[in-house]
Amino acid sequence: MSSLEFEILVTAMTVSAACAVPGAYLVLRQMSMVADAISHTVLLGIVLAFLVVPLYGHPLMVFGASMMGVVTVLGIDLLKRTGLVREDAAIGITFPALFSLGVLLISLLARDAHLDEHMVFQGDLVYSVFQRLELAGHGYGPMTLWKMAGIFLLNGVLALRFHRELKVATFDPVLAATLGISPSLVHFGLVLMTSVTAVGAFDSVGSILVIGFMVVPPVTARLLTDSLARYLGLSVLLGCVSSLGGFWIARTVNGSVGGSISLVMGAMFVAVLLASPRRGLIADWRRRRRQRVEFAVRMLVIHLFQHRALGQRTEENHAGHLEAHLGWSAEFSRRITELAEARGLIRRVDAHWLGLTSVGERQAEQALAG
Amino acid sequence: MQTMPPALEVNDLTVAYRDKPVLWDIDLQVPTGVLMAVVGPNGAGKTTLIKSVMGLMQPAAGSVQVFGEPAGRQQVRRIGYVPQRTSVDWDFPTSVRDVVAMGRYNRGGLWRRTDRRDAERVARALATVDMEDLADRQISELSGGQQQRVFLARALVQDADLYLMDEPFQGVDAVTEQSMVAVLRRLQEQGRTVLAVHHDLRTAPAYFDWVALLNVRLIASGPMATVFSECNLRGTFGGSAPEWANPPATTAA
Repeated sequence: MSSLEFEILVTAMTVSAACAVPGAYLVLRQMSMVADAISHTVLLGIVLAFLVVPLYGHPLMVFGASMMGVVTVLGIDLLKRTGLVREDAAIGITFPALFSLGVLLISLLARDAHLDEHMVFQGDLVYSVFQRLELAGHGYGPMTLWKMAGIFLLNGVLALRFHRELKVATFDPVLAATLGISPSLVHFGLVLMTSVTAVGAFDSVGSILVIGFMVVPPVTARLLTDSLARYLGLSVLLGCVSSLGGFWIARTVNGSVGGSISLVMGAMFVAVLLASPRRGLIADWRRRRRQRVEFAVRMLVIHLFQHRALGQRTEENHAGHLEAHLGWSAEFSRRITELAEARGLIRRVDAHWLGLTSVGERQAEQALAG
Repeated sequence: MQTMPPALEVNDLTVAYRDKPVLWDIDLQVPTGVLMAVVGPNGAGKTTLIKSVMGLMQPAAGSVQVFGEPAGRQQVRRIGYVPQRTSVDWDFPTSVRDVVAMGRYNRGGLWRRTDRRDAERVARALATVDMEDLADRQISELSGGQQQRVFLARALVQDADLYLMDEPFQGVDAVTEQSMVAVLRRLQEQGRTVLAVHHDLRTAPAYFDWVALLNVRLIASGPMATVFSECNLRGTFGGSAPEWANPPATTAA
């Protein structure tokens, strides 16, 4: 791997890590679509800020551009508060207009700047690494890397310092208020953090891919853990791992780095959705199947118990009649009968008739007693 | 000796949703150290009253005083709040112990760590509501009654002087309800004040010693023995309903 490739990889991992921090809280607060709006409208912020401070990536310019994210969310909240427009529609109204204004301004005013339309949609991690940080004649590596490392550090420190505020304002805003924590301050603090991150990541992943970077790793992490601390850590880690995988794919097929990372994030989500040990679809399917079998065994025991007064050899107790009486397939009847027998709950009176053992009788009595 | 100000004093409180009044000119005094039930039909403004006290609603008129001071950021810290359990997302990734610890989040240093004293208080509160075995349980796995007890434990660690509870017995089984009432009594013995929205007219006189009857306006408030009368209940729930004819042996609709 060349040093340039290594820089691209480290930059990609830093972008993922920085995005995962606000993303984790956005997902918990059901604000994923707000991230979508912010990541688009900061383009207008970037263009306007660029006109005032024509230094791309300058902290002042990043902060100025980020205010557009705050303005967007204020606009969405105002629209929502009229009671005439619901939140999802309010998002759909607000951001395309502001985003389009940004795109229009670029083509009118900043034709010569490196903000072209390709950059706007998906950024370019490779290109972003060519912008070098130079101080007093010395080169210090890619500017984007420094910028995103700074943003990751800032996000991390803020998330640690305000972990209680974020947690309680998310879980129970009313309690937060009684504790002297302002839920709306936390809300807009998170919006500002999201905006700064989206502006910072703009040249490397643009306004569409950045949503994936913010949302997919946390959603995946949530399927793997129920602890908030582990969820946050895992969100950052999964973002970094996806970057590693995505970088490798992009290098192999000579394609877009940001796009490949997004693809890996999506694939990882699907894999976890299927295979997560506790919450995954496969585990869920297995659990249901096991529950069905367990319930069938209990049902068989109770069925035999209820009909024990009829004597040992009635139709109800006939091994071959379970299909008719309990609505089971022949195969399922055989399986359940064998399982109940193996557990010592039932015994075969002879080749055809079933009876309960004393253990089975006790279990049936307990089950019926509730 | 100076007379103690009431725990809560509401004067001329009117809260409206646009031009539809939710609370009409409420005057209510809650003396320090009482257990007061807020009783009234659906839509009577019970939850609105509680939210107004906490400054979560903008009143159209009137004032709220908590322990003799205007309710504001400072006074609200003396309030412990037990919300309706449906008001939060129980799928949030956290444990029972952690939710209770949130009651002490206004304490702690720069990095807001939970210290050993906090941890002990949390453990004790969980024991008080018989939840110590479930301390490390994921909150999504709790039953309705257990959720309600977690909220009560969280209010206990807040060390508040005034407790506002929005239907604390909602979804709680009879045995748990009794033990929760015992917790309320203990709070009262410690000199704290409890104001709770309560739905069951049969149990209200047994659980509480004061009552406020509310139906958009305040029908009556005061000691249970004098206020909880057939006449006042008719005034609150509407005279036409025959099941109110014989309180307190009647049930809430």
